[in-house]
Amino acid sequence: MATAGKSVGGRSDTAAPAAIELRGISKAFGPVQANRNIDLRVPKGTIHGIIGENGAGKSTLMSILYGFYKPDAGEILVDGRPITIADSQTAIRAGIGMVFQHFKLVRNFTVLENVILGAEDGAMLRPSLSKARGVLKQLAAEYQLNVDPDATIDSLSVGHQQRVEILKALYRQADILILDEPTGVLTPAEADHLFRILEGLRDEGKTIILITHKLREIMEITDSVSVMRRGEMVASVRTAETSPEELAELMVGRKVLLNVDKQPARPQAPVLEMRNLSMVDDEGVERLRGVNLDIRAGEILGLAGVSGNGQTQLLEILGGYPPKNAKVGGEVRMNGQPLPLSGSRCNAGQRRRDGIGHIPEDRQVEGLIMDFAAWENVAFGWQDAPEFNKGWLMDNAAIRSDAAEKMERFDVRPRDPNLAARNFSGGNQQKIVVAREIERNPDLLLIGQPTRGVDIGAIEFIHKRIVELRDAGKAILLVSVELDEILSLSDRVAVMFDGRIMGERLPDQTTTGELGLLMAGVTDMSAPATAGIPPEDQHPEERA
Amino acid sequence: MNIKDSFIAIIVLAICLVWALADGTAAQQGIGSALRLMTPLLLACLAGLYSERAGVFDIGLEGKMLMAAFTSASVAFLTGSAWLGLAAGIAGALVLSLVHGLASITFKGNQLISGVAINFLASGLTVLVGQNAFGLGGRTPSLTGAGRFNPITLPFADTLRDVPVLGPIYSGLISGHTILVYVAFALVPLTWWVLFRTRFGLRLRAVGENPASVDTSGVSVTRLRYAAVAICGVLTGIAGAYLATALSAGFVKEMTAGRGFIALAALIFAKWRPWQALFATFLFGLLEAIANLYPDLDLGFVTVPSMFMNALPYILTVVILAGFVGRAVPPRAGGEPYVKER
Repeated sequence: MATAGKSVGGRSDTAAPAAIELRGISKAFGPVQANRNIDLRVPKGTIHGIIGENGAGKSTLMSILYGFYKPDAGEILVDGRPITIADSQTAIRAGIGMVFQHFKLVRNFTVLENVILGAEDGAMLRPSLSKARGVLKQLAAEYQLNVDPDATIDSLSVGHQQRVEILKALYRQADILILDEPTGVLTPAEADHLFRILEGLRDEGKTIILITHKLREIMEITDSVSVMRRGEMVASVRTAETSPEELAELMVGRKVLLNVDKQPARPQAPVLEMRNLSMVDDEGVERLRGVNLDIRAGEILGLAGVSGNGQTQLLEILGGYPPKNAKVGGEVRMNGQPLPLSGSRCNAGQRRRDGIGHIPEDRQVEGLIMDFAAWENVAFGWQDAPEFNKGWLMDNAAIRSDAAEKMERFDVRPRDPNLAARNFSGGNQQKIVVAREIERNPDLLLIGQPTRGVDIGAIEFIHKRIVELRDAGKAILLVSVELDEILSLSDRVAVMFDGRIMGERLPDQTTTGELGLLMAGVTDMSAPATAGIPPEDQHPEERA
Repeated sequence: MNIKDSFIAIIVLAICLVWALADGTAAQQGIGSALRLMTPLLLACLAGLYSERAGVFDIGLEGKMLMAAFTSASVAFLTGSAWLGLAAGIAGALVLSLVHGLASITFKGNQLISGVAINFLASGLTVLVGQNAFGLGGRTPSLTGAGRFNPITLPFADTLRDVPVLGPIYSGLISGHTILVYVAFALVPLTWWVLFRTRFGLRLRAVGENPASVDTSGVSVTRLRYAAVAICGVLTGIAGAYLATALSAGFVKEMTAGRGFIALAALIFAKWRPWQALFATFLFGLLEAIANLYPDLDLGFVTVPSMFMNALPYILTVVILAGFVGRAVPPRAGGEPYVKER
């Protein structure tokens, strides 16, 4: 391959036999070439990272390995033998296990039931269940993979659910374990524990392929790393011989600034004041417990936290659509005026008129209508605006040209307003949402996970626009699970845990370590807070 | 099973007990009738349970039963054999099940629309073919003798008849039904066992909750769902055959009379569980039997008109479907065709 700068050992390296070898794998979806002539060699007993932007083809490649897709061309060798992986069953039999980013667990089944599903011995369940119980006990002891075998998945923390996925693979006697973005949903402590498990597995001779977009993880745990860009494998290097800067450059093909270039903030009067904001959902669970936060004009307030600790509910309430049957208490003032938190005046349209823009967390569900054209999506929320209407009728020509302008300014590609939202890449979908919200010049912009599933080029662009809006004297609430993003973008950082604000820090006076502890509910560095901490954090092995 | 789960059973058994204490003979007659009337509901309810537990919603139970009633009555009349009629009923319902499977599994279509289409198809086709073949305005000729399933007397029913308490219950209630009634009741523990004790049941439940987990475990989602839809076809086939060749003596236009939908309501009432399905359908059977037994129920101060009594099962259906019986959480992947995600 012309673009492959370096390679691990090369094929002449016979000392470590390859657990997996790919030769010339290609796969196209219609006109899109997802994988082009991929070569990859992963030696036995190593942790190999695969890094690349979204849409670089990492997941497609791994799906081919797990039998989800058939490659158009190329060869797969497992332990030196060429095999055809027609379906997941073949992959499992070849010793390949996969831990998906979104867990494939049956939520109301027990751990045991999930583990044996598809790998039962015989038509009756009982023997399989008792066998699995024994195997799980053994695996738990061997790899620190403790999970209660009789707990239902619903009752487990995300970290434990992930362990179940790993156990599933090990129960099927996987020798090669593929993990797709495994740390996205974990707290720093859980991620550390996962890495220790992976190291243990490697030491037992298992081969691990780790797909991630987090450079820090690659540097921390992998033995070697391959970089993908636009469907091609651009480099394979030993981790010890590379640097995060080099990898980032390989990923995007040019130098990127991982730090956002911005002037110090000049915050003014508070735009939004939350006083004792609380929320109880329809199942009686307290999602917000007395949140007090001010967001001032001309500053970006970053709200850090592991997802599921109330950030979503906070955004939904501020955005004007609190969850159904939720009881909201406390007070929120916008520019000094109380904001309705329930009733008919609490709706997203009114919020927009009150000067609140919102880039929601899940652009595909809340931000866009995927089957509608880009120009329609750009108008959403403002379809009643006078410039978009002619008497009773909508002025589609005006909306279209307005959309085309915004797409131009935000560099949305392809620049075709008639294309349905779902046909844009994740980054470009997000740019459509960002364009719609920022161009309306809101006094307060709510942003949830602005760069989730967005490539580095678009991240840079979106970050720049957010900073510009701040410099124009607007208030910005940034909710993100990416600590790096929070730290590089925010002027002030608040950490949320279990519906509470655990503390506020200035980004240049804190560390990811300190924030990580706050995100895990630890207020005092020396002693763990006990109240309201999910069971995950009470397990002794977490603190070892 | 805790108290909350068995509240339907408690209600139903309480009604039976009160009735038996108030008027033993009438209760024996009424409950016996209820058992016969609930049988098609129970079969259809279990049919829906298999299908919906596997993630394929089926509002075409009604149409399948109707088709099965027609094919079974026709074949039973032509051959003079109720058993051949039963086979034809199962075949008729299976064909419609296959249509539903093709639409909702293979072609990933909308399951509700497919179900509605099946109901219309069955409703029109049975009358059209029936009129063409027999010329009786959509009816089939009356079945007699071996063309029907006849009541069977269980062993010792006669000897035990005079034993107090046990006699009336065993000889009067339990004995004396057609074989299909016993089949339906035996299917309840069998279904429970299949669902919760076998590999097939585990996979079936999993595919209705999260097909992706089944798929990534290397098991075919398509095959499992077709199996479930086929079981649903067999059971609705038996239900239809029962209606036409055991409960009545031939096919009459629209003879299912909404039983498929009542069975769906019972399924929701039972929260997709077999034992609860038994009692939920029993409740509907009981209501229907009471309406038959007391056309004008005189409560002393007011006389309930027969129209109201006949409407009771349907009223209960509406109440259940409107969600007045607590939250019923359907299988999570229900109604969704499975598409592999990237």
